[in-house]
Amino acid sequence: MATKNWPLWEVFVRSKNGLEHRHFGSLHAADAEMALENARDVYTRRNEGVSIWVVESKHITASNPEHNGELFEPAQDKVYRHPTFYDLPDEVKHM
Amino acid sequence: MKENLYKYILGIADNSLILGQRMGALTGHGPSLETDIACTNISLDLFGQVRSYYQYAAKIAGDGRTEDDIAMLRKEREYVNVLLVEQPDTDFAYTMARQFLFDVYHFMFLTELQKSKDLTLAAIATKSIKEVSYHKRFSSDWIKRLGDGTELSNQKMQNAIDNLWTYTDELFHQTEADKAMVKDGIGVDVTKLKEGYYKQVIEVLEEATLNIPESKYFQKGGKEGIHTEHMGYLLSDLQYMQRAYPNMEW
Repeated sequence: MATKNWPLWEVFVRSKNGLEHRHFGSLHAADAEMALENARDVYTRRNEGVSIWVVESKHITASNPEHNGELFEPAQDKVYRHPTFYDLPDEVKHM
Repeated sequence: MKENLYKYILGIADNSLILGQRMGALTGHGPSLETDIACTNISLDLFGQVRSYYQYAAKIAGDGRTEDDIAMLRKEREYVNVLLVEQPDTDFAYTMARQFLFDVYHFMFLTELQKSKDLTLAAIATKSIKEVSYHKRFSSDWIKRLGDGTELSNQKMQNAIDNLWTYTDELFHQTEADKAMVKDGIGVDVTKLKEGYYKQVIEVLEEATLNIPESKYFQKGGKEGIHTEHMGYLLSDLQYMQRAYPNMEW
């Protein structure tokens, strides 16, 4: 089947104006235009979005799960990197 | 009851119902997950549109029949869709060619129907036209992709266009009810759409590097209830539930 030759694309959808695009999933398509149309049909048919980005998956560089230890674990015991030791005025929200 | 208006509504609705059934029957059988969902979406759009038409038709008929009765319980000869929309899914090229040849017409038709003196029909047209605009874009893209694709895809699309071409002329035929409705300012004069239709279709076919069929022999009959051999099978699928379990509701 031709589908096997279609490259994989990652789909990002902005749900509302003012929000950021979020990763929704991935799909197969022959080119960017088809990827957009497919994304429209697969991910926004229940009125989920106002804008779609697609990017071919091969252009994404991902961290290697095997390196999770060195990449992420050192952060676990450094609670002082969170601003929880300060008394925040009530007026400051969303910290 | 306004006999002509009732018939006129069915003439519009049956096209979308039968094409919707064709596209819906592909659910789970599309060539890829993505195109499968796209075909199902088109089907759902069309079914949504026909509900509005049949609800209106039921109101005009005023004989106690519901939208479901009108959609599901007529006999083959009482359906007045064009032959084009009942043609089978021989392969994906046929599916897209059928869709494209209808979409170009459908979009032009709804554009005019928005100006109807019948405000219900005008409102349904306005609501539907955005969906149909997308259908047209989707199917046109596939005509170009397959036509201007590989040697094999070009050959398949050419074959589909050649074989479905014979059903295009019927889109511009008028029944007696059509003529009466045009006279009343309710109906669309489809004879005036013909030139623009072929111009648009040919533009896309040329971009798709496909040959324009030269055949001047055209099939007709659907608008008068005379269908091709495929229609009976289609209806037996469509009507199965209501025939097997009469008055069943969702």
